[in-house]
Amino acid sequence: MTLLQLDGLLFLGAFAAGLIGALTGLGGGAIIVPLLTLGFGVDIRYAIGASLVSVIATSSGAAAAYVKEGYTNLRVGMLLEVATTIGALSGAFVAAYVAPNVIAIIFGLVLLHAAWEGTRRHLDHIVHGAPDRLAMVLRLDSTYPTPEGPEAYQVRHVPLGFGLMYVAGVLSGLLGIGSGVVKVLAMDRAMRLPFKVSTTTSNFMIGVTAAASAGLYLHRGYIEPGLALPTMLGVLCGALTGARALPGLKTRKLRLIFSVVVAAIAFEMLYNGFSGKI
Amino acid sequence: MAAGHASGHAADEERVEQMVGNLLRAGVLIAAIVAFGGGVAFLARHGSSTPAYHVFRGESTMLNTLGGVLHGVAALNTAALVQFGIVLLIATPVARVLLTLIAFALRRDWMYVVISAIVLGALMFSLLGG
Repeated sequence: MTLLQLDGLLFLGAFAAGLIGALTGLGGGAIIVPLLTLGFGVDIRYAIGASLVSVIATSSGAAAAYVKEGYTNLRVGMLLEVATTIGALSGAFVAAYVAPNVIAIIFGLVLLHAAWEGTRRHLDHIVHGAPDRLAMVLRLDSTYPTPEGPEAYQVRHVPLGFGLMYVAGVLSGLLGIGSGVVKVLAMDRAMRLPFKVSTTTSNFMIGVTAAASAGLYLHRGYIEPGLALPTMLGVLCGALTGARALPGLKTRKLRLIFSVVVAAIAFEMLYNGFSGKI
Repeated sequence: MAAGHASGHAADEERVEQMVGNLLRAGVLIAAIVAFGGGVAFLARHGSSTPAYHVFRGESTMLNTLGGVLHGVAALNTAALVQFGIVLLIATPVARVLLTLIAFALRRDWMYVVISAIVLGALMFSLLGG
């Protein structure tokens, strides 16, 4: 296969991943690495580099719109980015000493978790009552837009959220993914932010988290322009198309189907990891 | 809490959100255009070659450092131009953190200036040092 043919196919595959990622809200980043390694036989290190670059593009592109709508909690995002960037640096640092097949196994487990989360329904757990002391000192409580006007919410369990964000950062740096699933988990379930605030703030943080490990990857030669460019452009175009189609779609069924696909990919990654084929 | 904010503060917050949004959009757009332009030129020259991405080389080339990429761009190297677009993309969130740091400083919100500075430090360490 010539480079031109490969890049064309990569663009199409990445476009599909970005489209599905945006439609299901699960993000396309997690399936980019399996697409490149299992689908195109690319070395997992190049795949991780290309995936990370794509993650920065889509999260920044989407965050531009969400921030303006007023859902994103900038303070919560900024505070938790301390945990995710340091986590991402640790993950990228450790990645150099971990065998590729072990990375594939960890990747498979993270995908299985994402698939399981994708089947769950999301409910807001907004709490009212005495404000959390730490959240008050850090002035994290805020409001978000609802059809009935701005609604106030309180933030809880800041240390637990911070710790989970460190884990999200490590996974992002180790696997080249945005790890939005873990980020949303930390904010939605641990810190009790409204779901829409959690997803938009997570997306806001993903670009910075990914940029923290991207520098280290660049120096290590993980970012190969001939692979990273078509992948990044494909995911970006797919995600933008998906975001535009989103309002008129029933996404619940789509999420379930996608979760099954992600689970299948997870087993494929685990099999390849354990048999040492990656 | 937010209900207790002065209305000027809320308007201020909204202005920062607009600026952050515009910065992110412009960064991604410029990076994508530069990388795409470089990519077209690169493929025009090397499109018929056979790539071997199944083997990780990872040897240090000029494409692995900021200085090397800039030198390559100056020499009109097409691969370096693609990589320069990717570097611009990586720099976009970094610029966003710098912008929020300045916004917090103008508001004399020193706690969040320090928090932003820590994040900025981690990002610079990765991009420049490593």
